[in-house]
Amino acid sequence: MTQALTVQNLTAHYGATKVLEDLSLSVGKGELVSLLGASGCGKTTTLRLIAGFLEPTSGSIRLGDKDLTRLPAYKRDIGLVFQNYALFPHLSVLDNVGFGLKQRGIAPAEREKRAKAMLERVGLSQLADRLPGALSGGQKQRVALARALVIEPPLLMFDEPLSNLDAKLRVDMRVEIRQLQRANGTTSVYVTHDQEEAFSISDRVAIMNAGRIMQFDTPETLYQRPANAFVARFVGFENLVPMKVSARDGATVTATTPDGSQLKLSQDRFGAIPDAFVLAARADGLAVSTDPNAEGIPAKLGLRTYLGRAYQYQSDTAAGMLIANGALSSPLEPGSTAKLVPVPDQCCVLKPE
Amino acid sequence: MMTSRINPLLILFTVLVYIFLMGPLIIVLGASVSDTTYLTFPPQGLTLRWFENIFAISAFKRTIITSLELAFLATGLALLIGIPAAYALNRYRIKLPTWLSTVFVLPILVPEIVLGFSLLKSVAVGMQTPIFLTLLVGHMLLVLPYCVRVVSASLASFDFSIEEAAVSLGSPPMKTFFTIVLPNVRSGVIAAFILAFITSINDVSTSLFLTGPGVSTLPIQILAHVEQFFDPTIASVSVLLMLLTVAVMAIVERTLGLTFLAK
Repeated sequence: MTQALTVQNLTAHYGATKVLEDLSLSVGKGELVSLLGASGCGKTTTLRLIAGFLEPTSGSIRLGDKDLTRLPAYKRDIGLVFQNYALFPHLSVLDNVGFGLKQRGIAPAEREKRAKAMLERVGLSQLADRLPGALSGGQKQRVALARALVIEPPLLMFDEPLSNLDAKLRVDMRVEIRQLQRANGTTSVYVTHDQEEAFSISDRVAIMNAGRIMQFDTPETLYQRPANAFVARFVGFENLVPMKVSARDGATVTATTPDGSQLKLSQDRFGAIPDAFVLAARADGLAVSTDPNAEGIPAKLGLRTYLGRAYQYQSDTAAGMLIANGALSSPLEPGSTAKLVPVPDQCCVLKPE
Repeated sequence: MMTSRINPLLILFTVLVYIFLMGPLIIVLGASVSDTTYLTFPPQGLTLRWFENIFAISAFKRTIITSLELAFLATGLALLIGIPAAYALNRYRIKLPTWLSTVFVLPILVPEIVLGFSLLKSVAVGMQTPIFLTLLVGHMLLVLPYCVRVVSASLASFDFSIEEAAVSLGSPPMKTFFTIVLPNVRSGVIAAFILAFITSINDVSTSLFLTGPGVSTLPIQILAHVEQFFDPTIASVSVLLMLLTVAVMAIVERTLGLTFLAK
């Protein structure tokens, strides 16, 4: 895949505070990449650096064969969709959409034709003469999208575009955004704090924390094979158990839990296991077993909750409180002892932090 | 059906407040048309000759022109400085020290007399500037805080991502300011203009120190006139000033509606 956007070793400061550290990211042509993270992780800073509203301390930004690093924002030719829509309140919907074309010196007749065609595509042609104030949130965001798309930018960026919409509309809009983006083949960067949103519409997602990218992968990989404890926690691996290898016998590894109890894990099923590691599992990844011979972490079961597909137990272990699921057929009472058996496909072996 | 009872006491107070506010104006209006050679109320007879008299006295004619010139120029200059200042104060609020916005309000906090006196000492006497120029500087300083504050209030509710949207669409920053930012704070700019204009036209304290031989403003001329004469011309000039203010407000009411001033 040819790279459309290449960000290399980008470092940025707010005053004396370093907000972005040596960040590198590349987005392929036609690809939609999300920057995902909690507020303050640097995702919006990254977007603003690419847009040209902030200047990096060091590093470079390239779009196609153009070096954007020191180019003023208005010359970058990037379509932007903002969280609060940022429509021009004093211009009609049609003039809002035509604004970028006007800046490009396109004649009024042609401008109107193209703006109207774009409004048609987002289903708002009947509102062309309205002022933005008279539109609903969803309509405003469609206008904003049309305004950004009509200039046919080589890069389209979204800054939390759906945060101000209600839940139902959010889902509809993200599908619509994805469809338009796909149809136009527009290279896109999408900033959000909403994991479901990022995973559902992105080709790849960069999970960010404290100004760095923690992992940059497809949603599937991130969800099933997080590369580190931060990402694991972020995508819902509730149980992180530090372990040490005490013996190796071919593919079978004997691992010791913090309380000293041992369990055997097969490298054929869990992948390569280093001498010190963290076993990461969602509740589904730890099965509650009453079989005394099971290879698992000894636990005293606590509160039981009903999930529909399974019972979930708050389980007290030497490695702390773990959350594990047990079969519906045999509910266990609080206080009973059991073993939490790691389920190979549902667990990850991570390097210790 | 519920009817809300209005307290008669409330009505009484409302009427009293109106009398208190409007009374002096009505008295001046009455006195200005009185066909007597001294100020009196209620008016005796009815005449417009005191209004004619204003224009017969060349000092009034001159000072009206000076006052209008001063008000327009001082307000214009103050807006020229005040709008960019208000823009910067709001746009870079996070980066700028908080005392900076206070600096622009200082002329309001300093008693006007002090402002006039210090300008007299440092500029008029110290630098030997022409009287009109000193007056202009004084009035500009006087109205600048209104311009900065009122335009700031308007910019405070302006979402600067709108500006960024325009820039991202290819509009250079300066052009964006005129095509996107300014049209959206238009009402603030007009409100600032009116407040500043009225402040300048009515100012006495600062001007008192800065007027000099041959150059005076209308309010100062009114003061000077009262010291020598006591005929109704003074009342008719006052009515003229009132009408000017009312006219400005009427234009605003027609074009924008007065409610925006309360925003």
